[in-house]
Amino acid sequence: MFAVKFRNLCLNYGKVTGLDNVSLDIPAQKVVGLIGPDGVGKSTLLSLITGAHAMQSGELEVLGGDMRDAEHRRKICPQIAYMPQGLGKNLYFTLTVEENLQYFARLFGHNDAERRKRIDRLTKSTGLYPFLNRPAGKLSGGMKQKLGLCCSLIHDPDLLILDEPTTGVDPLARRQFWDLVDAIKQEQPLMSVIVATAYMDEAQRFDWLIAMDDGKILDTGTPSEILEKTGKDNLDGAFIQLLPESRRSGHKDLVVPPLEVSGNEDYAIVAENLTKRFGSFTAVDHVSFKIRKGEIFGFLGSNGCGKTTTMRMLTGLAPATEGTAEIFGRKVDGNSLELREHLGYMTQLFSLYGDLSVRQNLLLYARLYRIPEAEIPGRIEEMMNRFQLKEIEHALPKELPLGLKQRLSLAAAVIHHPDILILDEPTSGVDPVARDLFWELIIELSRRDRVTIFITTHFMNEAERCDRISLMHAGKSYVCDTPSKIVKDRGASTLEEAFIGVLEDADPGANKRSDDAMQIQSSLADTEKKVSPSHFGRLSEFFSFQRWYSCFWRETLELMRDPIRATLALFGALILMLVMGFGINMDVEKMPYAILDRDRTETSQSYALNLAGSSRYFVEHAPVRNYQELDRRMKSGELSLVIEIPPGFGRDVQRGMSPEVSFWVDGSMPSRGETINGYIKGIHNTWLQSRQKRVDKKSKFTQVDIETRYRYNPDVLSLPAMVPATIPLLTLMIPAILAALSVVREKEMGSIINLYVTPLSRIEFLLGKQMPYLLFAILSSALLTVMAVTIFDVPVKGSFFVLILASVMYAVIATGMGLLFSSVTRSQIAVIFLAMLGTMIPSVQFCGMTTPVETQEGIARIIGSIYPTTYMLLISRGVFNKALDFADLSHSLAALAVMIPVIIGAGVLLQKKQEK
Amino acid sequence: MLQSLKNIYNLGVKEIISLFRDWLMVILIVYSFSLAVITSSKSQPDSINRAAIAVVDEDHSQLSRALTDAFMPPMFIPARQITRSEIDPAMDRGEYTFVVVFPPDFQKDVLSGKSPEIQVNVDATRMTQAFTGSGYIQQILQQELQKFCKQKSIKPGASYVVRNRFNPNLTQSWFTSIVQLVNNVTMLAIILTGAALIRERENGTLEHLLVMPVTPFEIMMSKVWSMMLIVLAATAGSLYFVVEMYLKIPIEGSILLYLAGVALHLFAVTSLGIFLACLAQNMPQLGMLLILVFLPMQMLSGGNTPRESMPVWVQNIMLAAPTTHFVSFSQAILFRGAGIEVVWKPFLMLFVIGSVLFVISLRAFRKSL
Repeated sequence: MFAVKFRNLCLNYGKVTGLDNVSLDIPAQKVVGLIGPDGVGKSTLLSLITGAHAMQSGELEVLGGDMRDAEHRRKICPQIAYMPQGLGKNLYFTLTVEENLQYFARLFGHNDAERRKRIDRLTKSTGLYPFLNRPAGKLSGGMKQKLGLCCSLIHDPDLLILDEPTTGVDPLARRQFWDLVDAIKQEQPLMSVIVATAYMDEAQRFDWLIAMDDGKILDTGTPSEILEKTGKDNLDGAFIQLLPESRRSGHKDLVVPPLEVSGNEDYAIVAENLTKRFGSFTAVDHVSFKIRKGEIFGFLGSNGCGKTTTMRMLTGLAPATEGTAEIFGRKVDGNSLELREHLGYMTQLFSLYGDLSVRQNLLLYARLYRIPEAEIPGRIEEMMNRFQLKEIEHALPKELPLGLKQRLSLAAAVIHHPDILILDEPTSGVDPVARDLFWELIIELSRRDRVTIFITTHFMNEAERCDRISLMHAGKSYVCDTPSKIVKDRGASTLEEAFIGVLEDADPGANKRSDDAMQIQSSLADTEKKVSPSHFGRLSEFFSFQRWYSCFWRETLELMRDPIRATLALFGALILMLVMGFGINMDVEKMPYAILDRDRTETSQSYALNLAGSSRYFVEHAPVRNYQELDRRMKSGELSLVIEIPPGFGRDVQRGMSPEVSFWVDGSMPSRGETINGYIKGIHNTWLQSRQKRVDKKSKFTQVDIETRYRYNPDVLSLPAMVPATIPLLTLMIPAILAALSVVREKEMGSIINLYVTPLSRIEFLLGKQMPYLLFAILSSALLTVMAVTIFDVPVKGSFFVLILASVMYAVIATGMGLLFSSVTRSQIAVIFLAMLGTMIPSVQFCGMTTPVETQEGIARIIGSIYPTTYMLLISRGVFNKALDFADLSHSLAALAVMIPVIIGAGVLLQKKQEK
Repeated sequence: MLQSLKNIYNLGVKEIISLFRDWLMVILIVYSFSLAVITSSKSQPDSINRAAIAVVDEDHSQLSRALTDAFMPPMFIPARQITRSEIDPAMDRGEYTFVVVFPPDFQKDVLSGKSPEIQVNVDATRMTQAFTGSGYIQQILQQELQKFCKQKSIKPGASYVVRNRFNPNLTQSWFTSIVQLVNNVTMLAIILTGAALIRERENGTLEHLLVMPVTPFEIMMSKVWSMMLIVLAATAGSLYFVVEMYLKIPIEGSILLYLAGVALHLFAVTSLGIFLACLAQNMPQLGMLLILVFLPMQMLSGGNTPRESMPVWVQNIMLAAPTTHFVSFSQAILFRGAGIEVVWKPFLMLFVIGSVLFVISLRAFRKSL
């Protein structure tokens, strides 16, 4: 019986090979271990098996069906559980333990009572029960992984796939985790488990092993078979033995030469009562240690025990609340640059620049560490050779596997030959050969160059190589001595045992939890029969209300937990409305003008006064004296209009010679220029008429009256026209951005994987995520309408019902467009950019905000006629300004109604259900 | 000091390389400075261009037909004939911005010296078009009437001539494309710096930098200069190649002087970008903040609508925004050909605002570490 069969399976990420033509049958109902360092294709293989990644070439059969067949994928989806690599990668950190579990349980269609039962059972057996209300992001690494496992197990899968579930988890939590998996396996012997791991010591407990390297399968067999074949007594050694000759070259068993202690106590690092508090939480509690120059000091402890905080205090990144840290007899000061030149630092997470090539990264770090320019090429060469980076010199780190990245990080940390090297879990996920190489270097640095090494690790064989180690738990340091002495003092046989013993002493509860795992059998016995695949009916394969609701519910919770985002979005619309309403005034008023009167007669002054009379439009500035001044004052923008009255104006008017007045208009803002032109015309004519009347009372000036009626907005004011136009703009842009971000954020955080590997369909996922933003958009348009009526005094003249109906439809469209934008982008910042440009530019320019769509030409016309804002604008103006009702606006309403399925459909189709 | 400059330089180079690796960002930058500028100049027709007009001709005379035919492209689309009862629904639907009504016996009344009335209905929700368009309509009608009557009108007491300076034909595209460019400068500068800082914080590289002999001041400076350089280069390219060469818009003043001003403005807004990135916890929050800060700054700067029409308190508040001064000197230099003797004031103001923003952001940046 085989759970998975594959033949000639290949997968490439661009030029990088993930899997290189592998073929294998993986037995069912066993715990199968996929061993090998990072970046050899373990995760790639697992993501193909779960269907998270689309296949490229080869054949793959999972649970008896072809994985190329979408139908089959959908069918077996509920039978597979997948826990991706990375601490809590599939979890939602702002959600509590309970909420995370509820979400996953809902996706798999369990009812209320069943969910409760399963959640209680799983959390009790994993020791998470007391933490049901704690946000997942605040759990320790081990607990996150346990929660991840619970989320995977909630639906009783037939095939459980765990991708490096214990990377970055402390030994106690690791042991508890595997006990848990064993217990579950015992209870459900039919379940197949495939586990990828980089810890060879764990692999000992699995039934069957697949050793992988470089996209290929090295060997398969039970652990004992593999040990026998290679003639080694541990799997670390066996794995190295399995590697091709070229990879093994240069590897030898490590010997740590003893530290030569010089007579005078020459301390590199001295910490006394180092304490760090965050509010009421004490992260580090009176920790003291002294580290000699050239010593390798290991720092061990569970995740979140305060190791990283201690390191941050040593480097000056975080000031100590209490106590002191001294480096080379000098107090650590966050602002001292000189001290930092002596430090090399390597963080747990890769913290070099993913967008700079390997060489460029090294070059940058060399320069920042003030290595003289002439020495830099040599140093880089040295690092490349020492860390075997030569062949990836021009690769981008973001495309490299974790192991290689860590090697690069170390190279960057030691490029300036520091005196102290601070390494925060440097070897997590690095393969055994590279780890030994890495240790060789550390030993060399310590013993030869007398570099003091401060290192944290989870690997016990690494801890044993340290000169001294300190065991930390919950902010306190429990033991600090040489590894052999610690083992002896506790009467344990191995360091790991001693370590777990210390942890259990420190936290008696932990011990009990581990016992709970053993009791899982009895508690599992009374659970119901598992959900059969037929439970997921034909129809519900495409749309299940429950799955949709679970997405909606989860998104709402996440939005509520991020009040800044929600309030910013809500008040943002209101603030912008105020800004636009008050600020954008198309009325051209208070125009600064001046007179260049070269006549200075009574007539010329009467002409000037005539203008001053229309004070709403014009504000008079000091007169202009000459052309130079005119030029300067117009160029600076002080004057928008200058009226030049020619010499002899009064005289010529008297004589009926029709002198010519010049108007100098600032045309740099054309629409304003046009308006000024219009005003001038009117004012000039008024003057003429009044003058004419005085001179010749009988003459009729015009024969035809032209009566202009400004409809809908009789005073031609900006506000009544602006406000109804602003609402469609704001209610499109902001909801679109929020909805788009919600999806792309998941892509960046990695929780999008839940869409790929659970029965969740694209349409459920998208509509579920859209819902909270839709409600928000409706609320926001309601608030804006209220604001229009109250603050801006723009009444709703037409049908209120139509406005509500249209606003709701428009909100669906706005959020739907956000989803559409999200389907074509991967990064959050890009989607903000895209959503902003994609909504603002067409709405403002093409949709009839200032010029009607009918008068646009070419592409602008086409965009204008298919863009939803056009129709919302017609409705908004129609209802606010024109007192229209349903019948008048039915055309526009229909247009909006048609767009809804088109936009959402496009969004769903473009979203991927598998990673490509 | 020298080392500090070197650090600033090296870190800045890193920013530029990273940016160019992000092809989507590059496309967006190129788009905002080329296509976005071009489309905005093409799409916004001159304020009266192909205006939708309809005529209700209840006279069917020679005169009314002549007047109807006077509405010609490119200002108007050929006037459509509708009936009186169609006015309301058609205008309600927004089909026409203008409807001109000639009453029955219009020609007869004109000839007999009575004063018939032509009614012009204007959809005043379309602000600019409505206002300027109705002016043109009046003018066109008057001219045609005069021509028809062939009567020599009474010689007016005085005539006038309008000289539209800086843009003789009031071509709208000259204006919109430059405004678009000016807006994009501000937007990109804030986004690029803000995003660069947030990304660095999210990736943990910022923390790594801080354990190296590098100061927060250097980190911030490096982001400021690198993003300034990129946006400045894009602006120069856009001005030379897109605005001058492709769109053939005459630029009055000195481009170099303008670029100097842009650099000052960029100094201010990149600092602002860093400040926003310190306030925001993550990218989405930065995005929302950006909209809240950028849009008002842009809309109230005086670039889109004249400043003097805004309430006085808004004008005063906006004096503190870099965009106000940026728009002010952009218009002065690019449209009005002003020299340094005219624009020194906005330059000085930008320098002051930029310095204040820089100090505030540096403080916020140090605090956020």
